[in-house]
Amino acid sequence: MKMDIAFGQYCHGDSVLHRLDPRVKIVTAIVFIVEIFLAKSAASFALIVAATVLLLALSGISPRIILRGIRPIVFVILFTAVINIFFVRGEKPLVEFWVIKIYPEGLINAAFIAIRIIVLIVSTSLFLTYTTTPIALTDGLEQLLSPLSKIKLPVHEFSMMMTIALRFIPTLIEETEKIMNAQKARGADFSTGGLIKRARALIPIMIPLFVSAFRRADELATAMECRCYTGGKGRTRLNVLKAGPADLIFALCVVALGAAVVLLNIYVPFFKVGIY
Amino acid sequence: MAIVELRGINFIYNKGTPYETHALKDVDLCVNEGEITGLIGPTGSGKSTLVQLINGILKPTDGDVILDGVNIWEQPKKIREARFKAGVVMQYPEYQLFADTVRDDIAFGPKNMGLGEEEINERVEKAASFAGLDPSVMSRSPFDLSGGQKRRAALAGVIAMEPKVLILDEPAAGLDPGGRAEVLGGLKKYQRTVGSSIIIVSHSMEDMANYCDRIVVMTDGKIVMTGTPSQIFARYNDLIGLGLDVPRVTRVAAALSRRGIDLGEVYTVGYAVEKLSELL
Ligand SMILES: Nc1ncnc2c1ncn2[C@@H]1O[C@H](COP(=O)(O)OP(=O)(O)OP(=O)(O)O)[C@@H](O)[C@H]1O
Ligand SMILES: [Mg+2]
Repeated sequence: MKMDIAFGQYCHGDSVLHRLDPRVKIVTAIVFIVEIFLAKSAASFALIVAATVLLLALSGISPRIILRGIRPIVFVILFTAVINIFFVRGEKPLVEFWVIKIYPEGLINAAFIAIRIIVLIVSTSLFLTYTTTPIALTDGLEQLLSPLSKIKLPVHEFSMMMTIALRFIPTLIEETEKIMNAQKARGADFSTGGLIKRARALIPIMIPLFVSAFRRADELATAMECRCYTGGKGRTRLNVLKAGPADLIFALCVVALGAAVVLLNIYVPFFKVGIY
Repeated sequence: MAIVELRGINFIYNKGTPYETHALKDVDLCVNEGEITGLIGPTGSGKSTLVQLINGILKPTDGDVILDGVNIWEQPKKIREARFKAGVVMQYPEYQLFADTVRDDIAFGPKNMGLGEEEINERVEKAASFAGLDPSVMSRSPFDLSGGQKRRAALAGVIAMEPKVLILDEPAAGLDPGGRAEVLGGLKKYQRTVGSSIIIVSHSMEDMANYCDRIVVMTDGKIVMTGTPSQIFARYNDLIGLGLDVPRVTRVAAALSRRGIDLGEVYTVGYAVEKLSELL
């Protein structure tokens, strides 16, 4: 069992995308997702794909890393594509064979859905995970949500919990791998046998993992208390987020992209998709 | 005869990512049957990586691992056999404890081997005594033990599998001096009784001199010296150059010989005491 940790992992770099304000990145990522779902014709899809390729170029991240991020969901993409090919009905079948009828609409839908899922994954990971450290991300999120603290929602505490959780994901993965290796060295077998046997085989991993996670949490709490941490009240920040001209230009570009997508849908409606 | 043979091993962590680390470079190694082999080298020189290649926890990027005459990656399905032949105690192995009692935890390995109950019990008791575990802790929870006791329980868990090669990654790190001698002495006793081969990774030159038949020195993913302790420690200046050291008594003996008292080649305290009392 090899763990794939490429998806959702920060890739260090110093590109335009890396330097953008995390708040701007979070908001534009959401806008971009909406735009992906707005695209309904070949032309607007092409524009979205082009924008994603541009993002990739801006980020300076190797396409190989992106491909590795897509690999775990290839099955999902293929599955939805196949469903579309076989079950979408149109007017005139392209191929007819026994009970199977494949319509051109099905093929177009399948292609668009596949592109949509890939673009969705690639763009969100480019905006957020690959170019923004988890810490910057939760910082940005906290400030975006800070108006909610007016209605007594514990925004700071929530974002602190997020930060800590994100911070410890790689540690936990590393630890799981270490424990698995130690148990494998004692002949543990995780890959054969029925469901129950496999579930039982996880006990020697889960117990040490939980024990050390709780110990770690306890130690972290003590360390934070030793530094007089008492929560968000009256706390100032070390890194104050500041949006600059680059952020403004980037945000405008993303908004303009949305407008272009809508216009293309209306005025260049080749291969327009109807369903979903 | 060689029990472990590494041929042209290269190992790269995270190959094909920006975090690529070339941890082992063209490593060839032969470990003789029935010997205690010591593996030394500065931090990050690839000792732990090498150790995990021998029982197939890691797969070499390039090269062959021959264990007891079998190329372990020839039939990847049978890799578990390599785990039983080469028992590895990982660095800081305390985190591997999980069972309700120490006894059950030590029995985990033998159980995975499919041994009968009687044999398992026998092996557990034997392993516990080699690792220096007090019989009174056997029915306690492994999580209630002290650090040193946990270490011994983890050691016993691998010893109980009675592997042909026992491989220990810094078994004595963090133990008190008495515990250190006890654990290493127990290993030597185990080796004599069972007649298996042992590979020990350690940063302590004293331990190497006291317990090993042969020493392998690594730096920067490469093996730079192999030989008996006297051959290795005779290359005092080379070792210092690599950021390593020689046993302290060797330095004392060198200082004495500069002052006209020649003890010859001295690597262990016991031998130094013998030589000095001859002179007195
Ligand atoms: N899981 C891993 N992922 C990536 N790189 C690793 C991993 N484990 C070790 N390395 C790298 O491989 C190299 C060799 O590490 P290794 O753990 O084998 O050293 P070592 O000789 O055991 O050191 P020490 O004496 O500190 O235990 C180091 O540069 C280390 O950073
Ligand atoms: Mg190590």
